[in-house]
This record gives sequence, C-alpha cells and structure tokens, in this order.
Amino acid sequence: MTAKLSLRDVVVRRGGAELLRVPELDVVEGEVLALLGPNGAGKSTLLQVLALLERPSEGAVRFEGEPVAGRDLALRRRMAVVFQESLLLDKSVESNVALGLALRGVGRRERIERARRWLARFGIEALARRSARSISGGEAQRASLARAFVLEPEVLLLDEPFSALDQPTREALVDELATVLRETGITSVFVTHDRDEAARLAHRVAVLAGGRLRQVGPAAEVFAAPADETVAAYVGVETVAPGRVIESSEGLVALQVGDARVEAASNSFTASEALVCLRPEDVVLSPGHGIVADSARNHLRGVVRRVTPAGGEVRVEVDCGFPLIASITRRSLEELGLDAGSAVTASFKATAVHLIPRGPSSP
Amino acid sequence: MDLIWDGLREAFRILGTGDRDVWRTALRSLLISGSATVIALVIGIVAGAALAFGRFPGRNLTVTLVNTGMGLPPVVVGLMVAILFWRSGPFGALHLIYTPAAMVIAQTVIAAPLVTGFTVAALGALPPRLRPQLYALGASRLQMLWLVLLEARLPLLAAIMAGFGAAVSEVGASLMVGGNLAGETRVLTTSVVLEVQRGDFDTAIALSIILLVMIFAVNLVLTSVQQRQRPQ
Repeated sequence: MTAKLSLRDVVVRRGGAELLRVPELDVVEGEVLALLGPNGAGKSTLLQVLALLERPSEGAVRFEGEPVAGRDLALRRRMAVVFQESLLLDKSVESNVALGLALRGVGRRERIERARRWLARFGIEALARRSARSISGGEAQRASLARAFVLEPEVLLLDEPFSALDQPTREALVDELATVLRETGITSVFVTHDRDEAARLAHRVAVLAGGRLRQVGPAAEVFAAPADETVAAYVGVETVAPGRVIESSEGLVALQVGDARVEAASNSFTASEALVCLRPEDVVLSPGHGIVADSARNHLRGVVRRVTPAGGEVRVEVDCGFPLIASITRRSLEELGLDAGSAVTASFKATAVHLIPRGPSSP
Repeated sequence: MDLIWDGLREAFRILGTGDRDVWRTALRSLLISGSATVIALVIGIVAGAALAFGRFPGRNLTVTLVNTGMGLPPVVVGLMVAILFWRSGPFGALHLIYTPAAMVIAQTVIAAPLVTGFTVAALGALPPRLRPQLYALGASRLQMLWLVLLEARLPLLAAIMAGFGAAVSEVGASLMVGGNLAGETRVLTTSVVLEVQRGDFDTAIALSIILLVMIFAVNLVLTSVQQRQRPQ
C-alpha cells in the first residue's frame, strides 16, 4: 500500500494554543478516509494541513513519500478541496466550474467542454449560463463538487461539504458523491461530524477529539470496536458501562456490570476491568420478564425508564442493573406496548458486546 | 436673489460661448485629479490588500491610521507637501513646488487613505474561506489577488468614486502647493476661491457648475458600470 499523503509528528499551534497533534497518519492511494469528530476537534485544521493550505508548526507532510516543501503550488494543482460553503465567484456557474482549469492554463474550449460534462454529471447542466449568485444552496454545492471533479484530482479533500444543506438535499448528494467516488476511485479525505455519512462513504475512519487522533481503522472496525470511551460515544455506541471481570474462559468473558451479569465474546481479553460497550441497534426488547427463546447469550430483566423518539426510530432507556439503551422501530414500540415503567427483557449476543480494557491486566 | 439669478445667467453664457480659459481650467482639474486618483488606486489597492490579508504586528494600528487618514484635512496635507517641496525643504531640489506635479502629490496623499480604507473594507467583506478555496483550486498568489479584486469589484468602484471626489474637490492643498498660477496650476476649485475673492460671482458660479457636472459625469460612468455588474 502506498501512502498518497502522509503526516509525521505534525503539530499545529495558533496563537500559542495547540490545535492539532498527529504523530502519524497515512492517506492510502484509492481509499476514502473519513475524519470524524465533534466540532472543534481539529478536523478542519487537519484537512487544511493535508490540502497544503496550512503549514504545520512542526512535523512533515509528504506527498507520495516526498516532502512537500517548496512545491506547494504544483502539488495543490494535483488536488482539489470542497468546503462547507460553496464559495462560488460572481460569475456564471460554468465559469466557476471551469475556474481551476483556467488557473492551470487549460484552453477555453476544453475548459467549457469539461465543465459541461461535470455539470451534467451532477445534474445541473441547465444552470451552466446562470449567475452563480442566483442558484440555490444545494445547486451551488453541486457546482462546487463539479468544480473539484473537473480537475480530475489525484486527491480530493472534502470539509463537511453537506452540513449546510437540508436533509433531503444532503442525502441525495451523499448518494451522488458515493457513486462518483466509487466510479473514479479518487483518493479522498472527507471531514464530517455525521457518523452515518462516514459509514456510507468511507473505507477507513479516523476519529479526532481535542486535536488528537483517537482511533484510525477500517470503518466497520472503528464502529464495532471503539478504542476508548470518547470514540465509543462518537461512533454511536450509546451504552458504555463499567464492569468487573468475574470469569473468563474459551473466548467468553463474564462481567459484573452494576447488578447484572453480562457475557462478552473475546479471545484475548486480559484486563480485570472493562468498559462494556453496546450499540442500541444490537439490543432486542421483549415485553415482561418471561423466558426469551433466541440465540442471544444475554437476557437482562429490566424496567423501561424513558422512551424518546429519534428520527424513524425510538430510543428506549432500560434500567437492567445498569442503564442500557436500545433502539427499536416505532412499529415494534406499538406492538410491544412499551412505556416508562414497563417490564422488559433486553437480549443481545455476546458478540455484540465490545470491551474496552481498564485498570491493570490480570495474568 | 438677483445676485444668484444674474450669476446663473452669466454662468450659462460662459458655458455656452465656450470660454477657453474656463475649459482649460476644467481640463487641468480633470487631469491632475485623475492622475492623483490613478496613483492613489495603485497604492491603495496594494496597501489595502496587504492590510486585509496580512497578519503582522501593528496591523490594527495601521488600519486605525488609515481610517484616520480617510478624514485627513487637505490644508494639513498641503502644509506637509509644501514644507517637503519648498525650495529650502528636503525635496526642494526637485523644483516641484507650484507645479501640477506637486498638486498631484498632495491630492494622492488625500485620496490614497480613502482608497486603502475602502479596499480593506471591500476585501474584508469577502467570505474568509474564499482565499483558501482559490489556493485550493490551484491559484498562485497573484492569481488569488486578481480573483479577489475582481470579486470585490463593486465596492472597489466606490473606492474610485470616493478617491476622485476627494481629490477634485479639495482646495486648501492645491492653493498651497500649486499657488493658483493662471494657465499652470489653476484648477476649478482654486479658481472659484479667486473669483469669489474678486467679487466675480458669475464666473465662480459657472466654474462651480462645471465642477459639479464633472463629478456627476465621472460618478455616472462608474455607477453605471457598478450597477450593470450587480447580480440580478
């Protein structure tokens, strides 16, 4: 695997404050890497460093293994950046899309021909001659994407390109972008604070918080096995409870979590204490405290504390010796007849439980 | 009332018969103030861009000084330029005092802070991420500057109007450094002062009308350019 872009020991300070510290990060050729994290985590700063728009206070940025110093402009012309705002100039949509080509000295006829092709690709060829000031936010962001793709960049950097758009527009554009990225195979880095976007677009996810990289890995791995509590909270693991290991054998670890016993599948767990992590969609609720016949290893009896609608789903907080969050459909909620105070059994597989080690390792 | 009425009638007679001295004075005003405006534009746009985009110690103080300079009293500018170019002054050897060149210098000093101030405001009003976006599109530093100036062209036209208006309408500095020499450094504003001192209100009114029409015409051209460019 060759790293298209790599950072080593990069530190960014501004006005005495340290905004970013990245010991190591590689953007691999052909991958889509999502930088996920809350506002102020340093995602945009990291993207600016990768885009060669901000020089780090310390450390090295390399492009295909070579230091970037002194050839910023030439390298910037092999990349493209899409920001949250579309930042179109006061010209026609077509001239805006062709701008990067004009800056590279591409002839007028070719510029217009290529701009038209990408305008069509994003479904806005009809707006080509319109003033960029007269189009909607969604159309402007499509133009902004076309303006980046028309350059046929080797690296595409996107800084929360959809966060200013309304939900339907945003979903449509994420779909289009996913398709184009798959077709073109352009190495991409995508900043977002939306984990669903990250899950849909990225091969790998890097979670940032407080200016530090907390975890970098394949999207599925980061989502299923967060490295720490911050990452867990950020990738949608809603139940995070401290537990003590009481038994460990044959790939199965039993823990005391609050007043409950939880079994987790794990082959190499050696710590004596752990944070027990569980995604809400991995929990199945059944009414009452009867015996539930399914393959799940864990069946915890509890009481519903709170029911909160969240989008198309419903978030149910259950007290089963420790607070546990489940996510079920509205329809199941009605069928199960659940409400605050209802008795329920929460079931989940041992493989759905992820353990984050805490405290000293046991021999 | 008669004074005004007779004055206006005489003014239109002068305008109608095409008094060559009057027209020459008007043309001189246009040339001197036009030159000063062009020089002030070059200085003001460069300084304005540096102040709008630069990050250096003393930047805020400099912007404050520029804003103060936007209200610089012409007589003070005249005094400074007169002292500098006086025969025994530091630049006396250039023999510029009482020449149109000295008037261009004085008017440039008056107009440049206005153009600088307007430029800082115009560029400061652009989205902060526009420059990174242009760099990211592959712009060199010069290409970036050219594009942001084009993007700010509408408020920059206001800078030209303000600069030219200040230059052509000031009188104190022109009197001091130009000397109001007939056929050489006499411009519309200094002529008006002279004619009023002489009690020749007819000519003063005629000259004032020409001055106003000139300012109006320049602004008409610039405004029509500005409005045609305005997004629909």
